[in-house]
Amino acid sequence: MADVAFQQNRIARATSTRRGSSLRYALKRKSTAAFLMTLPLILLIAILVVYPAFYSLHLATLNKSMQKFVGLGNFQFLFRRETFWLVVKQSCIFAITAVIFKALIGFIVAHFVHNIPAKGQRKWRGMLLVPWVIPPAMSTLAWLWLFDPSYSAFNYTLSLFGIGPIPWLGEAGWARFSVILVNIWYGAPFFMIMYLAALKSVPDQLYEAAAIDGANWWQRIWYVTLPMMRNIIAITTLFSLIVTFANFDIVRILTNGGPLDRTHLFATWAFRVGIEGSDIPLGASVSLFMFPILAIAAIFILRDISKRGNEA
Amino acid sequence: MSGRRLTRREFVASTAVTSAALVAAPYVRSAHAAGKLSIGFWDHWVPGANKASTELCNEWAAKEKVDLQIDYITSQGNKNLVTIAAEAQAKSGHDIFQMPTWWCHSNSDLMEPVNDIMEPIIKQNGEVNGTVKYLGNLDGKWMGVPACVGSQIKGPCSRIDLMKKYAGIDVQEMYPAGSPPKADNWNTDTFLKAAEACHKAGYPFGIGLGETSDSVDTAGAFFQAFGAELVNAKGDLTVKTDNVRQALEFYKKLVPFLPPDVAAWDDASNNKWLVAGKGAMIMNPPSAWAVAKRDAPQVAEQLWTHGFPVGPKGRFAPFLPFFWSIWTFSKNKEAAKSLLVHLSKPSSIEKMVDASGGYDLPAFENLTTLKVWAEAEPPKGTLYHYPNPYHHQVLSIAASPAPPKVAQQIYFQATQTKMCLRYAHGEKMEDTLAWAEGECEGFLRS
Repeated sequence: MADVAFQQNRIARATSTRRGSSLRYALKRKSTAAFLMTLPLILLIAILVVYPAFYSLHLATLNKSMQKFVGLGNFQFLFRRETFWLVVKQSCIFAITAVIFKALIGFIVAHFVHNIPAKGQRKWRGMLLVPWVIPPAMSTLAWLWLFDPSYSAFNYTLSLFGIGPIPWLGEAGWARFSVILVNIWYGAPFFMIMYLAALKSVPDQLYEAAAIDGANWWQRIWYVTLPMMRNIIAITTLFSLIVTFANFDIVRILTNGGPLDRTHLFATWAFRVGIEGSDIPLGASVSLFMFPILAIAAIFILRDISKRGNEA
Repeated sequence: MSGRRLTRREFVASTAVTSAALVAAPYVRSAHAAGKLSIGFWDHWVPGANKASTELCNEWAAKEKVDLQIDYITSQGNKNLVTIAAEAQAKSGHDIFQMPTWWCHSNSDLMEPVNDIMEPIIKQNGEVNGTVKYLGNLDGKWMGVPACVGSQIKGPCSRIDLMKKYAGIDVQEMYPAGSPPKADNWNTDTFLKAAEACHKAGYPFGIGLGETSDSVDTAGAFFQAFGAELVNAKGDLTVKTDNVRQALEFYKKLVPFLPPDVAAWDDASNNKWLVAGKGAMIMNPPSAWAVAKRDAPQVAEQLWTHGFPVGPKGRFAPFLPFFWSIWTFSKNKEAAKSLLVHLSKPSSIEKMVDASGGYDLPAFENLTTLKVWAEAEPPKGTLYHYPNPYHHQVLSIAASPAPPKVAQQIYFQATQTKMCLRYAHGEKMEDTLAWAEGECEGFLRS
């Protein structure tokens, strides 16, 4: 708004000044200044994100020895591989299950924290954020020791009650459960903190009005809290979906994709094929396969947000 | 600026004097007159083992006046593989890189031939084994010099007491220190019986069936003992053969005698299993013994490293060599070759093997009887048979003799251990074979 007003002012004055001074005015514009200030970051993103993205697109069109252009040949090859479809299925199960549980746990815990008196709230917020703050490569190592095939601390504890041993990482179903559990543990605090911020921005008057209308606890959640948090929920879900789909470290450390490839995700399988198997074009194709899935999810979620923004 | 003009006669005279002075002047070598050289070495597991390599390199650099830079790159999380891929893509990086097993072949176009130095090195140190030729030589071109550092045999490391008590096998008598093995009866059948007996006694063999190297190497050696090849040397699919069926039947009998969680084992699991005193045997280089020596001396003094059991098609042991390779984009290839010759001298090799406590294995025939293996203790002679001093087993790598670029896929996708698991867990033989054939067919793509 301020920028538009500033431009009008500039146009008005431009009639009385020479054309040569337009650069000075351009530099004075807020948008120009903002662009110049963000330019280092834009360049950094261009170098570290855009260039590698296009380079991997280029790699995905080459043959195994990287000497011949094969177009979409690598993707055609992947579509015929049983393991590839297993990885697609697992990535979807992993990401969707983990995001749903992270959102659910984040939502519930955010409500608990929101209801703690302001004095003690900071302490709880800090403690609950710890899993998200620890680098996942480190915390996953601790989980590996808890799940260790032979010396699992969980199994030791369960054995005291006559339960187990559970093959946490040795059986396909349990291994999938374990990697999803660790991802939820790591990611739920992010949802919690985002939802907590959203909860704090819901005006108390709305709850008061709902209470006057006789709304019960569930109705207050359904008709007040959730509509007010919709945009945050959508953005958080989208962001988390992207990050979870692209997860690498948890699976790499806990199961390395095993047993029998039953926990591989796009990123871990791309690493296996591309780096360990020295088939970089095929590895690039595997990792690029995530892109259309995430792009479609992003389009739908962002379109919904902008539609609601326009309605508002 | 002087306004005086130089005459032609004066110009010729002055240039002649200058040229004469330059020719006559003595050549003063600076500290780094022979240029720069950078090396990417594998970061050794054994504490202090890098020191020997550093000292040898610095000694050479000081003599040859080369500005040397050494980076030790860990294989934890396959960091070294990522660095190789990055340098190969960028065509820039170190001059020399220590390539693990398959990486000379996967970067064969970027490997400087080293035949000129390999021939004298072989003459000096003895012939190299077949696996080194398979992994380091392409159509007569040597793509690297076999590095003793990091090269290893993953043979059986057994508990003397448990094997004697429960399986009735005296591993020290079978593989006596200082003399040839008497292991004619050590075959896949006696191995299975021993596995069953130790399992019954509560000390199962710690053989992994995960997707990491240790599990794959063991499966590979047993497959070779049955002559089971998934893809042959010509690149033909040979999955549906009786030899492969026999290997799978062997594993189906073995799996019930292994710990129940072996499908989830990584390369650390077997070491922990042995050091914790939970099992009677693992397949590993002496790293587990070295850790036990430090952390569980009562276990270490009962450990004995020896050979693989023989199968219908021979006795095979997994050998994983490293190579010191020179990138074609190196700017100082002559210096790089000179350093590799220095590192391949018998005295240099002995120094590096000593520093690793006997973990590192030279690939050369004449260097398998160094003092370190004979003297290692406790118990005295525990590593004597580790370097295969009597060549009574064939040193091999899983998935060979398939063309290396195909074998690398079979190896890293752990196709053999997956086949064993699938079949042992109840899948029909023909379904397992069909699955493996489909996988291998994919690996053949060029």
